[in-house]
Amino acid sequence: MEFHSPDSWREALEVKAAQPEAVAIFGGTDVMVDLNFDRERPGAVLDLTRVPELGEWGEGDGRLRVGAGVTYTRIISELGSELPGLAMASRTVGSPQIRNRGTVGGNLGTASPAGDALPPLYVSDAEVELASTNGTRRVPVVEFITGPKRNAMRPDELIAAFHIPRAEGPQQYAKIGTRNAMVIAVCAFGLALRPERKRVGACLGSAAPTPVRAREAEEFIESVLDWDSRGEIGDTELRRFGELVGEAASPISDVRGTAAYRTHAVGVLARRTLGWAWDEYRRGE
Amino acid sequence: MMIEQTEPATPTRERPDAPVTTPGKVGEHTERADGVPKVKGEFEYSSDLWMDGMLWGATLRSPHPHANIWSIDTAEAEEMPGVQAVLTHEDVPGRKVYGMEVPDQPVLAWERVRYQGEAVAIVAADHPETARRALEKISVQYEVLDPLTDPEEAMKEDAPRLHLSGNVLKRINILHGDVAEASASADVVVSGEYEVGMQDQAFLGPESGLAVPDGQGGVDLYISTQWLHLDRDQVADSLGLDPEQVRLTLSGVGGAFGGREDLSMQIHACLLALETGRPVKMAYNREESFFGHVHRHPAKMRYEHGATRDGELLYVKARLVFDGGAYASSSIAVCTNAATFACGPYEVPNARIESHMLYTNNPPCGAMRGFGAVQVCFAHEAQMDKLANELGMDPLELRIKNAVRPGIRFPFGQEVPPPAPVRVILERVGDMPLPEEEEVMGRDLRRLPGGVSNVTHGEGVRRGVGYAVGYKNIGFSAGFDDYSTARVTLSIEEGEPLVRIHTAAAEVGQGLITVEAQIARTELGVERVAVLQADTRVGSAGSTSASRQTYMTGAAVKQACEQVRARIFQKVREEYADEDLAIEDGDIVSGGESVVSLAELLGGEEIEETVEFHHRETEPLDERGQGNAHLQFAFAAHRAVVEVDTELGLVRVVEVATAQDVGKAMNPQALEGQIEGGIAQGLGLALLEEIQIKEGKIQNASFTDYLIPTILDMPSVRAEILELADPEAPYGLKGAGEPPTIASTPAIVAALRDATGRELARVPVKPEQIVGIAEKPPSEPPQPGSRGYSGIGHLDEREEH
Repeated sequence: MEFHSPDSWREALEVKAAQPEAVAIFGGTDVMVDLNFDRERPGAVLDLTRVPELGEWGEGDGRLRVGAGVTYTRIISELGSELPGLAMASRTVGSPQIRNRGTVGGNLGTASPAGDALPPLYVSDAEVELASTNGTRRVPVVEFITGPKRNAMRPDELIAAFHIPRAEGPQQYAKIGTRNAMVIAVCAFGLALRPERKRVGACLGSAAPTPVRAREAEEFIESVLDWDSRGEIGDTELRRFGELVGEAASPISDVRGTAAYRTHAVGVLARRTLGWAWDEYRRGE
Repeated sequence: MMIEQTEPATPTRERPDAPVTTPGKVGEHTERADGVPKVKGEFEYSSDLWMDGMLWGATLRSPHPHANIWSIDTAEAEEMPGVQAVLTHEDVPGRKVYGMEVPDQPVLAWERVRYQGEAVAIVAADHPETARRALEKISVQYEVLDPLTDPEEAMKEDAPRLHLSGNVLKRINILHGDVAEASASADVVVSGEYEVGMQDQAFLGPESGLAVPDGQGGVDLYISTQWLHLDRDQVADSLGLDPEQVRLTLSGVGGAFGGREDLSMQIHACLLALETGRPVKMAYNREESFFGHVHRHPAKMRYEHGATRDGELLYVKARLVFDGGAYASSSIAVCTNAATFACGPYEVPNARIESHMLYTNNPPCGAMRGFGAVQVCFAHEAQMDKLANELGMDPLELRIKNAVRPGIRFPFGQEVPPPAPVRVILERVGDMPLPEEEEVMGRDLRRLPGGVSNVTHGEGVRRGVGYAVGYKNIGFSAGFDDYSTARVTLSIEEGEPLVRIHTAAAEVGQGLITVEAQIARTELGVERVAVLQADTRVGSAGSTSASRQTYMTGAAVKQACEQVRARIFQKVREEYADEDLAIEDGDIVSGGESVVSLAELLGGEEIEETVEFHHRETEPLDERGQGNAHLQFAFAAHRAVVEVDTELGLVRVVEVATAQDVGKAMNPQALEGQIEGGIAQGLGLALLEEIQIKEGKIQNASFTDYLIPTILDMPSVRAEILELADPEAPYGLKGAGEPPTIASTPAIVAALRDATGRELARVPVKPEQIVGIAEKPPSEPPQPGSRGYSGIGHLDEREEH
């Protein structure tokens, strides 16, 4: 197995262009599991941890650009107020050791429907920045993730960063696991209120082959919410929102939970998180 | 019986000096010598063993739960560069099967495989990766057969026979009193069906060891195990060697819980070492470990309890069906244990218990902490709650009313020996203050169901309280000649007295070596003690199981110390004084006055004594399931307080309170560890831990999907320790390792029932059950919703040829 460890982004892209089969590794929390379980035997591994650009984040034209190598620990400590939903999701990832290693870039690369960072990116219409020696392009995350463990990356590309608006209102993330820490999602739910546009983003995780936006639920609740007077949401409306989110699920039954439970639970999470986010909005926070 | 060992001609690994420890006598908080090295990562576990020039072994396992083997072709694997040996059943020179109770398990399979993961061939290569690659080059022609996976099906006359002896591995019937008459006079009858899933020991140190040939046909094996001598005898049998030619040394054990009673890679590593003439290391990875050891028996249990209107138990009927899996392991003893403890620690005048143990094509099951008592305790405690509910009685009061007491007879005929403080421990857990109810809204997420996953801020959260009590035997039962050997040597080193203790007892993390040293300090008045590495150069200590080592090896060490002390006093009497002798801080004291120091008395002389301690004889059960089968009984009661998110089915265990009679708290610090650890394992069975099997195949062979409790899942524990001495036991002690695991599970489930009103007749309890959504078995291979870990297709995907 060849091991490349470039110390610049330029060099990393050149390696990837020359050896498109090289598997990129950053935190290793997915790649190393596959190697250890003998599921993957890549001919070449491309270690990106020495590329300084990947660990940077900054703000421009109202959006944040977060390098693919920014760890979950750093998202929690450095971006908690800019991206509260993503920070909440990051807190649910693995153990402190895993959060010190794992990155959102890795979640995108693996494209697992259970990736904790994905629903917060979906609800904020984030874009993924892909790069190759031929240039860069930006792909909306909803188009980037194409199926379970499949994404729209070309063989010569690497994930450079993601672009995401600073939170425009309250955000929430909640996840079901049968254990109270260190658990892969049975199902999860991400929510973002965008009061300036009077929009709501709602996304299910681990309840379908990819994360899915609950468009019907979003449209329903957008039409119900009283953005200007910040009035209470009725219990009926909250419940209807939960039901519509549940209807957006197309889960399976597996060792972690049954399809029926996933559908039920994601609806409960939707109802509760909407209540929390709306309360926060009403309090003017 | 002591078998003298000869030293190998060429010492194979340097024997490290045993560390000298101080201080700590019996009953004192004593720190373990291996604690700091373990926390700092400096402790050598068996998976860390290393020798220059060693080879790595790997095991080819069956991808099928049930198949005929038509051929095994190893030619291609043998030709791979770096491969030094490829062995099959044909290369096993001695007995081709092994097993603790029934030698029914092939060292390497021939003709047929009976469970997924059964070992078929082994490889030694100069790199672990080469060994793994070579496995893929072994071509095995299988004829896949339908797996027999349901014990009830296996029991039927026309079921395919998995073994020549049939599918019924053991059947025990206990007939006590007259159930028919009692059931006619019962005012209240409750019945129920209960189920326990397959729990795993989930020890953190995977199966591993190092076999080193001695150049003269024999072998040294460095190994993590629970019983060195039983391993040695089985290894020697299969290698066709005399026991003297096989020497075992205990290496660092990373947890056991029963899962290391059976052999795993012991014979395999020795076969490869003798074949190649080189040291061979084998270490399973986490996934392989799930296939490499036995698990706790899944059980289905049907119960009927009858009582008078004022809550006096009249009879219990129970039918217990255990899935033994493909091979016997210790299933016969588990079947017996379960039958004897089926009614719980209650006075039951009439009982009819059937306990069935079946062979199936599921993974073999065997010993795990609690050993048959865990499954029945879940059922009998659920029944007691059901009965209390039916009678409109307080569940604790019903238990106290029916608690066993010394002098009456258990349903298996044995008289309840004193002390049997069941009533007292129940009262103690009842009297402990409940944890304060904390306002749910605004709490730190870590103190809510779901933890940091942020599923509730208090919505749907309800509190529940549940009680349970359980008991089990300590030491080996049913007529087994159970003994332990200890050698104690007193000498003067660098001017100071030093006691060396040598036993073959396996320290598996429970703290036995600390207790051995405490006993020597107490008996010999000497501060400095070295406990030598356990090995087979000294006689058998029996197994580190059945919570027996502190009792059995503790007694052997104590008696050896007493004999050493007697010889010292003999010398003192001859030369100095003879009144009221004692040893204090290395000095001989007579009537309170120092007479002579041990250093002066002994000079260069060593005093050594070896003792074999046998416990009182027990009897096997007769055909009516009656007999004085057990040595000692240990009891523990638990109270669990839970908070349940009733809408999502997620749980936070707030507190577990326990009262346990230990006879004597030998090392209070270690005891606390046993109690908390046992409760964690009981909590795991209540809420999380299950090996999921589909058509004989394990679905979750990883710690990603076999979930054990984290620190966030584990509540604080409130423990009351009773020290009611057993007059027969050393220091009055009772085995303490298993009782915390037995009743903690049913207490937690009782609390869940209290909070939700649901029946919850199966553990582990899943969120689906708590919210009342019907469970469906997995209908398709997990893809979405997982990273594919649960596929664990490794074995399946290996190509068949």
